[in-house]
Amino acid sequence: MGFFIEVLFGGFLAGVLYALVALGFVLIFKASGVFNFAQGAMVLFAALSLVRLMEWMPIPIALLVSVGIMIVFALVVERLVLRPLVNQEGIILFMATIGVSYFVDGFGQTIWGSEIYTLDLGLPKEPVIILESVFEGGVLVNKFDLVAAVIAGILVTVLAVFFQKTRIGRALRAVADDHQAAQSVGIPLRDIWVIVWSTSGIVALVAGIVWGSALGVQFSISLVALKALPVLILGGFTSVPGAIIGGLIIGAGEKLAEVFIGPSFGGGIENWFAYMLALLFLLVRPQGLFGERIIERV
Amino acid sequence: MRTKLLRAAALGAIGAAAMLAAGAGEALAQNEQFLPRLVYRTGPYAPNGVPFANGYADYLNMLNERDGGINGVRLVQEECETGYATDRGVECYDRLKGKGPTGAGVVDPLSTGITFALTEKAPGDKIPLITMGYGRSESQDGSVFGWNFPLLGTYWAAADIIMNYVAQKEGGYGKLKGKKVSLVYHDSPYGKEPIPLLEELAKRHGFAFSALPVTHPGVEQKATWLQIRQNRPDYVLLWGWGVMNSTAIKEAAAVNYPRNKMIGVWWSGAEPDVTPGGDGSKGYMAAALHAIGDQFGVHRDIYKLVYDKNRGAGKREEVGQVLYNRGLVNGFLASEAIRKAQSRFGNKPMTGEQVRWGLENLDITAARIKESGFEGLVYPLKISCQDHMGSARARIQQWDGSKWSFVSDWIEADRKLIDPMVVAAAKKYAEEKKITPRDCSKES
Amino acid sequence: MLYREAGQFKTSYGDDQAIFPIRQDRIGVAIILLAAYLAIPLTASPYLFTSILIPFLIYALAAIGLNLLTGYCGQVSLGTGGFMAVGAYAAYNFAIRMPELNLLVVFLLAGGCAALVGVVFGIPSLRIKGFYLAVATLAAQFFMDWMFSRIKWFTNYTPSGSVNAPPLSLFGFAIDTPAERYYLILAIVTVMALAAKNLVRGRVGRSWMAIRDMDIAAEIIGIRPLRAKLSAFAVSSFYAGIAGALWAFLHLGSWEPLAFDINRSFTLLFMVIIGGLGSILGCFFGAAFILIVPLALNQIPTALGIPISTAMISHLEFMIFGALIVFFLIVEPHGLARLWALGKEKLRLWPFPH
Repeated sequence: MGFFIEVLFGGFLAGVLYALVALGFVLIFKASGVFNFAQGAMVLFAALSLVRLMEWMPIPIALLVSVGIMIVFALVVERLVLRPLVNQEGIILFMATIGVSYFVDGFGQTIWGSEIYTLDLGLPKEPVIILESVFEGGVLVNKFDLVAAVIAGILVTVLAVFFQKTRIGRALRAVADDHQAAQSVGIPLRDIWVIVWSTSGIVALVAGIVWGSALGVQFSISLVALKALPVLILGGFTSVPGAIIGGLIIGAGEKLAEVFIGPSFGGGIENWFAYMLALLFLLVRPQGLFGERIIERV
Repeated sequence: MRTKLLRAAALGAIGAAAMLAAGAGEALAQNEQFLPRLVYRTGPYAPNGVPFANGYADYLNMLNERDGGINGVRLVQEECETGYATDRGVECYDRLKGKGPTGAGVVDPLSTGITFALTEKAPGDKIPLITMGYGRSESQDGSVFGWNFPLLGTYWAAADIIMNYVAQKEGGYGKLKGKKVSLVYHDSPYGKEPIPLLEELAKRHGFAFSALPVTHPGVEQKATWLQIRQNRPDYVLLWGWGVMNSTAIKEAAAVNYPRNKMIGVWWSGAEPDVTPGGDGSKGYMAAALHAIGDQFGVHRDIYKLVYDKNRGAGKREEVGQVLYNRGLVNGFLASEAIRKAQSRFGNKPMTGEQVRWGLENLDITAARIKESGFEGLVYPLKISCQDHMGSARARIQQWDGSKWSFVSDWIEADRKLIDPMVVAAAKKYAEEKKITPRDCSKES
Repeated sequence: MLYREAGQFKTSYGDDQAIFPIRQDRIGVAIILLAAYLAIPLTASPYLFTSILIPFLIYALAAIGLNLLTGYCGQVSLGTGGFMAVGAYAAYNFAIRMPELNLLVVFLLAGGCAALVGVVFGIPSLRIKGFYLAVATLAAQFFMDWMFSRIKWFTNYTPSGSVNAPPLSLFGFAIDTPAERYYLILAIVTVMALAAKNLVRGRVGRSWMAIRDMDIAAEIIGIRPLRAKLSAFAVSSFYAGIAGALWAFLHLGSWEPLAFDINRSFTLLFMVIIGGLGSILGCFFGAAFILIVPLALNQIPTALGIPISTAMISHLEFMIFGALIVFFLIVEPHGLARLWALGKEKLRLWPFPH
């Protein structure tokens, strides 16, 4: 039982990390209908910028400069990619973001290098054992995962406040509901795009910090974007809480499956299991966890 | 707007085509040995691919500077980026195999997947493949795999050496009975290679063996290590590459699995594997094909002739790292094979077929190693028509938080165990491919 | 001037329904086929065969498969790599367990297996669509990757899980040299591309397009979504399966599940989008663009003797390739096939635009 809880817990914490990446997808999809495949590349680019800048300047300044870089990135994407492609079909925009992700992969490695960089922000690493009195051997949790969960929690809260309470947040929600209506009441669509892409860039930076501290900053962290996809179908492309809850379910589901069912199949099932889980869920509830308006169903 | 863009695109395309056409005309001078270099300096495995490529390049450049190449034949190398992807690797091979006056002398695929693909092509092109410490284990059998040279060791040898060390630590093979050994492996042919041998050993010595796959690129290992925490194996063998290694060590630290019970293969024992883990990597062990450090004769020459002239392929402070030295050794063996071939065919650029003769008759003695500045770095080896591996020895090294140090002497793999398995696997391959094995007793 | 259809009258229904109703197109196609069958094999170097032409044709075939599904039936799929893997491993198992089978039969059976699997993984399309479906088809991709690396029967119990194609022969002739392999692939691709072209002009193709354009309206006029969608998945996977078998047997020769990983699926989707959704010709353009541009970018610096590092070349390749994708999408979001059509329109009037 203790082990089960441990796996469940580990799964939740892995899920938090998936949710962080999924969040970036959701923000952009919600506001501009773009399925932003470059999110993974943005995570890598942001983390690389931060870790290399830290060699030159103190951490807080490096963080600020990295945020600045992500905002500049958003401006450039809006000007060079989104604006010329306005009103195109979703799949064309999706393809364009793939082009962007190629570019960012190459660009990031050109200016920042392609080695492995250790990102040490002083996050704790040592494992702790809790509930030793309840279960034999106790339950092992990693302080680092807990910190990551806290960071994710703070980020989500900040985003929620930003969306609900600020003027820009209201404008964002208006755009998400109806582009044309929003435009006709005087909300500048282009500024909104820059803002969501910047926000999503900052979310990428946070995800990059968390993943980078865990794995070291290097090319592979751009591949974690794939882990966020089942979260998206489970939670819905447009739902922020969906991304969080979906992340937790996928994280826990795949770890439990791998540990308890995997060995009888030779292991390595977690990759497809996450998708199967999301798929089964969709067959029952096609709009995803929190999807309100269901249009994309037959 | 649109027509302007279109015109620009058309101009660009014409320009690119013209450039390609112009470039195709160049030819290499006649007294040059061409060596294609399949490398990966980008992508998920770049942190490991870069030092290897640098070591190899520096060694060949040093030979050119010091001796004017090999017996007056300059070595010309051209790198081609594979990104560790099999299809790009095959494309690189096809692109470079015909270059130079004699074509590619020898190819290092530098990836197990590419090795498998090139194994099908090399016999047709008559180009030998050096797969030092990797590749397919049964290719040790030269009578079937005439063009593969897994010099210094295969994965079966590595698995046997590591288990031999484990047995030593436990006080003999007899003590392994009832122990639990887990293999955490990269879910690709590379990672699967050692499994048959480990299963065989488990059967013989009565230890429980389990294999836990990790999917490419290996950043998701939580479930794997939770299982290890649950089963508490006595030893964990690590068969990873790239980010998978450092992640495995970090996850081991996260579940409190003792690092000094973890032993990696020689591809899981370099600096990029342990440094990200910080103090958590202390005590981790790995097999080592060769020594580490820049204190050897060959490094002095490289510093003097390559880095002092600012022509190094990498950073000066990275000379002597594990994978850098592996590149050096690889370059050394390739150049020795060419040298050997020249001793028979004359001091001119060698064809792939001639280099293969050089490889099959390669005999790198201790004296030759000393002369070349590799003393203490590698173990002598002797290749024959039947045995394409030569020597199968490694030491075990341990990370103390800042450097690797050896904790064992050279351990030799048990050829009596491996060779029959090699012959059986090679025979199966020959049947599938309808190859008639060569009769090595008839070749001199 | 050259491309003018004035004076070509269609005097029968047959003329009106021809695949290439315009004489210039017929001549053009004939020239391309002649070049592909005669001129190229006479002049091409082995590198051109093995690294450009063979993968190009196979990619084009797989892209046709995906385009039938995505471009004609409107179902976005990211599982093509998985279906190719099914084809490759099915072909391997048929070839090795029934060595007396004709190679073409092996390929057909491989395609059939892929089609069956495609239908199974197409079932979710009845409930979901758009990006949700795209992500859902990734399940197929990851499941196939896993299945072929874990279930040892499929790989005939080879220790490393990597398998080799057996020696190939067709009607007693060994297929060995790059040129021979090229001919075999070219013949298969020609036949299948023509079949696809005809398929999409017929009843089945029209039902797919109806589903794509508006599923509810299609249902009302009597097209059954179940049959239309699943048949699209089946045909698409059949093409992908054959492409996979060709890729494994005639291009790689030795492969592992990683040869059909998710990148393959993405690459094929790029080809279809860049080439043009809903265009058979576009598949060839897309395959050429996605395959050849990176290779060319990679070789230009060396060919020109520009001394930049291998890593830099590779990074530049990524950057320029990415920029080119965005550039072409901005110039013509409907793909290279649409650009081609626009060019033809211009040619009809050229050089007298009035």
